[in-house]
Formats: sequence, structure tokens, C-alpha cells
Amino acid sequence: MHTAIKIENLSFRYPKQSSDCFSNLNLEIPQGARFGLFGPNGAGKTTLMNLMTGVLDFSEGNIFMFDKSVKAKDKEVKKLFGFVPQDFSFYQELSPVENLEFFGAWAGLNKNDIKNRTENLLNILGLSEVKNKPVEKFSGGMKRKVNLAIGVIHQPKILFLDEPTVGVDVQSRHEIIHYLKQLNEQGTTLVYTSHQLNEAEKLCNKIALLDEGRIIANDDLDKLLQHHAQSDLELLFLNLTGKEFS
Amino acid sequence: MKLWAAIKKDFRILLRDKVGLSLMFLMPILLVIIVTVIQNNTFDLLNKNSVPLVICSNDAGSASKQFIEAIDKIGMFHVQQINDESEKQFADYLHKNNSSIGIFIPSNFSDLINTKAATISSKALNSFGLQGDSVTQNHSSNSAFTFYYDPEIQPSFKLSIQGALSSALQMIESKQVLRSLYFSINEKPLPDSLENDMLNSDIKISEVSLSLNNNEGVPNATQHNVPAWTIFAMFFIIMSLGGSVVREKISGSFIRLKTLPTNFYMALLSKQIVFLIVTFLQAAIIFAIGIFLFPKIGLPAMQLPADVSTLLSVTFFCGWCAVSYAICVGVFANTQEQANGFGAISIVIFAVIGGLMVPSFAMPDSFKSIMQISPLHWCLEAYYGLFLKGGKLGDVLNNILPIFVTIIVMQLLILWGLKRKKLI
Repeated sequence: MHTAIKIENLSFRYPKQSSDCFSNLNLEIPQGARFGLFGPNGAGKTTLMNLMTGVLDFSEGNIFMFDKSVKAKDKEVKKLFGFVPQDFSFYQELSPVENLEFFGAWAGLNKNDIKNRTENLLNILGLSEVKNKPVEKFSGGMKRKVNLAIGVIHQPKILFLDEPTVGVDVQSRHEIIHYLKQLNEQGTTLVYTSHQLNEAEKLCNKIALLDEGRIIANDDLDKLLQHHAQSDLELLFLNLTGKEFS
Repeated sequence: MKLWAAIKKDFRILLRDKVGLSLMFLMPILLVIIVTVIQNNTFDLLNKNSVPLVICSNDAGSASKQFIEAIDKIGMFHVQQINDESEKQFADYLHKNNSSIGIFIPSNFSDLINTKAATISSKALNSFGLQGDSVTQNHSSNSAFTFYYDPEIQPSFKLSIQGALSSALQMIESKQVLRSLYFSINEKPLPDSLENDMLNSDIKISEVSLSLNNNEGVPNATQHNVPAWTIFAMFFIIMSLGGSVVREKISGSFIRLKTLPTNFYMALLSKQIVFLIVTFLQAAIIFAIGIFLFPKIGLPAMQLPADVSTLLSVTFFCGWCAVSYAICVGVFANTQEQANGFGAISIVIFAVIGGLMVPSFAMPDSFKSIMQISPLHWCLEAYYGLFLKGGKLGDVLNNILPIFVTIIVMQLLILWGLKRKKLI
């Protein structure tokens, strides 16, 4: 199996902080994985995701996506992945179609591809009826779906999802997880963080547990549960970190 | 394709910002109309030479009649005459009628002028070695007339009125002295033709307008206010643009754009293009109001400068400066409230010190160097160079240069701010 993401000896410290967030961190995420990155608050999950997506710059170590260095900030690297941030990072004054038209163009798609992908995505995510209404009038669940649609409009090989279902009702959450699994079956590697451990169990087949900037476990979810004789992810987490997952 | 998509996105967001649109278009339109109407009265007062002056004369002699005729002849006043009132009644009349200026001529005005003329004439004859009439009455302590003025009128305006009245009085006094002298020497009245030759100066003052195109057009409230409020409107785009930049920062849209395979500078370019178009629209609308609406509501019509290409260039630089400033504030503000509050207050302060609200010539000297830090001042000077002095590109380049420097500084600050906040 190919490696989708490879992190080598990564060290990172925020300006004005006295200690490193990460020191010589190493991690490999195989292509086609549904990879869950978990840890307590402040463990560094979002920071690591921001480093992988190039939102934050690092000076020591390296991160590769399909053997291409993220450091280069090359357009070709950026085309490889999509990013679904925790915030509603789009234009709420605009409709889903208008948002997808803009982000699609910026992701490098042509007019026809944008049109086809937009129709397809809005159908799959159940947003066709509201496709021309301003997103600011949508419910939290519908906004999450728009956020997700923007992240996948250009059919990336890797999709980073930072708490993609936070504040979403059960039905919308189920639809989002279902869609993510479909994407994965089509070959997209998922890199996912969440506080919803039961949801994570349904979605992820590989996980890494992050605590105080260190990876304390990294394997198939089934193997980890079996190895530590735990019945679910929450108990596994407690067992390994000694901390409540919040 | 990417730039076009960004421009479409920014236009759509702008069109849905109803509050921002009304602040950018409606507010300046209302301001330019209201302020021009108010200022037009003052300009009329100065330009149409018709300062209302109430005169009450209790003098039956000829000197007061000649004095009133001389005041009327100056052409600066619209004289309203009332007679036979006591000084107190006259003061009450001025109060009741909200009159700005009035003069009260006492019953001994002619006697005073005649006595003074006889005294001077006698002194002159004595100094020529001739025997003059003996006149001993002391006249110097008596006021010829009383000048009433509204304390609200500007000191410079009051001084110019006093100067005009003094010259009319001087004329009457000189006339009486001449007549008295001539009569004392020739024992017959001074002929009118000789009196005219002696009193009316043939020496003309040569007048040259300092306009750059030899246009003798009179500055009016329209020519002053339309450019001033156009600039104010341009800089007030901060209420929409500054807020929009902050919203994009807070929502994480900028972060998302950072992860896409497109140069972020295109987002900045798109915003600048869209809001530059907005500033041109603002200028077009406010100029059109000056040209077409103002004459219909009794205001002077705006005259566009002859050099339209320079007008477009100045509008471009003013607009670009306004856009750069708005984005800069948006980049450094942490919340929309900060951007709107700081933006609005800073623009009003820049407008005040830049001479948009108070004319620069009325400012104290200490302020004249401070006004140069206001980009609105340079924009206004560039427009005035075109609208009031009829200048061309070469004549306003010294105003455009500081605007351009301000733009460069703002653009560098924008890039530095975005980098500092890890947004690019």
C-alpha cells in the first residue's frame, strides 16, 4: 500500500511559546485509509492538521503528500488535498452554488466541471432544494454539508476533516459519515479529527492517539482495541492517557 | 477564470450588504445636498455682493444722505433704510429681525462731518499761509455713527464690512473738506466736474485670476462640496470593505483560500478591482447630482473640468487610496466592530484635518502641517486643482504623488499584516 502522507522528524513551536508543540514527530498515513487523529484538548490535533495542509509553516522536519513536500507550497501539492475546517469557512452571504462556483474555480476546475460537480454534490448531500438560498439562513447541519462540499469539489486524493460534524443533528451526522465512507471507497484518503468517539469508531479504520505533542498509539483500530483489551475507543483512550476524553 | 470568479464573488457579497451600500451611496448623497444648500447661502453672501445692511438715520443734513449713497455705491450691501427711531428702538429692531449688521446715524452726523471738514480746511489754509476761519469745536471724541453686528459673523467678514463703511465715510469727509477749502479760497462752490476728477481715482487695479486655465469662474458651494463629499464617500467604503475583510478572516475563509492552489494576492486584487469600481460609481453619481440635480433645486450647477482624462486619473488614485486604506484597517482589526468603529472615526478625523469639513485656509498654522498626514487632504487638493483652478495633469502631479506614496505604504502594510497573522 502506498503512503499518502509521511511526516518525518517534524518539530514545531508557536512564536512566543517556551516549549515545542511537536518534537521529532514521525507518522505515516497509508493511501486509502480512514485515519482518525485523536487526543485531549490541546494535544495538537488541529495544529498538526494545519501543518499538514500548509496553513502553518514549519522549519524542522518535513511532510510529504504522495512523495511531494508540503514545504514547497507547490500548486500540485495543494491540488492533492481538500480541507474541511472546523469553522464555516465560506461566504455565508452567498448560496451553496455561488460558494462552490468560487471555491471550484480557485481549486483549478473549469466552468463545466464546476457545474457538474456542484449539481452532483448538492444532490448527494441533499442541498438541491436550497442551492440558491443564502447559506446564512441554513441550519448548522446544512452549513456543515456546504463546508464539506467545498472541501471535496475538486475530488482531492486526501481529505482533511477537522471536527466535520460538530453541532450537527443525528440525521445530518449520519448522512455526512455515510458520504465520507463513499468518498473513501472511491479512493480518497480521509484524515479526521473529532470529539465524537462513537462516530470515529464507525468511520475510522486506522487511528493515532496524540498526547502532549507525542503519538502514543498508531495502528488499525481493531488491533489497538484487541491489544489493549478494550471494548471501545473511549476506554482505550482512558487506558492509554489516563485522561478523560473531552 | 480565477480572478473573474473572485470578482463575481466580491460583487455578490457587496450587493447583499444593504447597510454598507446605503452608507457608501445614500449617506454621501444626502451630505453633499444638505451641506451644499447650507454653504450656498454663505457663498451667495460673498459672491453675489448682497450683504443685508439696515441703516437708521436720524440726521436731516445732506452728509448722511451722501454717506448712504456712498455705501450703496460700493455695491457690497443690500441697504434697507428705516428712519426716526431712537438708538434703543433701532437695536431692538435688529434683534427682532435677526439682522446681521446695521448702522445708526445720529442726528448730528452732518454737523460733525461739516465741522470736521471746516477744521481741517482751516488748518490747511493756515499751513498754506492763508487766513482760515477760526473753528474751535472739538469733534474727535464724537462717533460719526454706530456699527451694530451679530457676534456670530466671522471676524474677517466683520473687518471687511468695517473697511467698506470706513471708506464710504472717508469719501464723504474728503468731499466736505474739498468743498470747504475751495469755498474758502474761491468764495464759490466747488464745480461738480472738478469734484469728480479729484475724488474719483482713474488709477485702476489690475486683476489677474490665479486659475491655471485663465478661467474666471467664481468658486461656489457646488465646486467646493461635490469633490469634497465624493472623496468622503470613497473613503467611507471602509464600512463595507473593512468589515468584509474582517468577516473573511474570522470565518476562516482566508485560511481556506491559503490551502487552495491559487495565489492569495488574487483575492486582494479582486477586492481592489470591485471597490475601485464602487468608488468610480460614487464619483459618477455625486458628480451627476452636481450637474443635473443641483440646478433644479436652486444650487449652482457643477462644471466639470475641461481635462476629463486627468479627472479620471485623480478619481482612480483617490479611489485606490481609499480601497487600500479600508483593506489595511480590515487586516489589522480583530473584530468587525473594531474595523467599523476605527474606520468611521478615522475617516471623519482625516476629513476634518484634511480640509473637507473646514476649509484649509481657515485652519491655524499649526494645523497646516498636520493636514498633510491626511490622504483626504491630498485627494481634495488634487480635485480642487482641477475643479477650482482648471489645472491639468502636470498641475496636480504634486498632489497625486503623496496619494501614490500612501497607496504603496498601505499595500505594504496589508502584506505585512497578512503575513504576521499567518493568513498568507
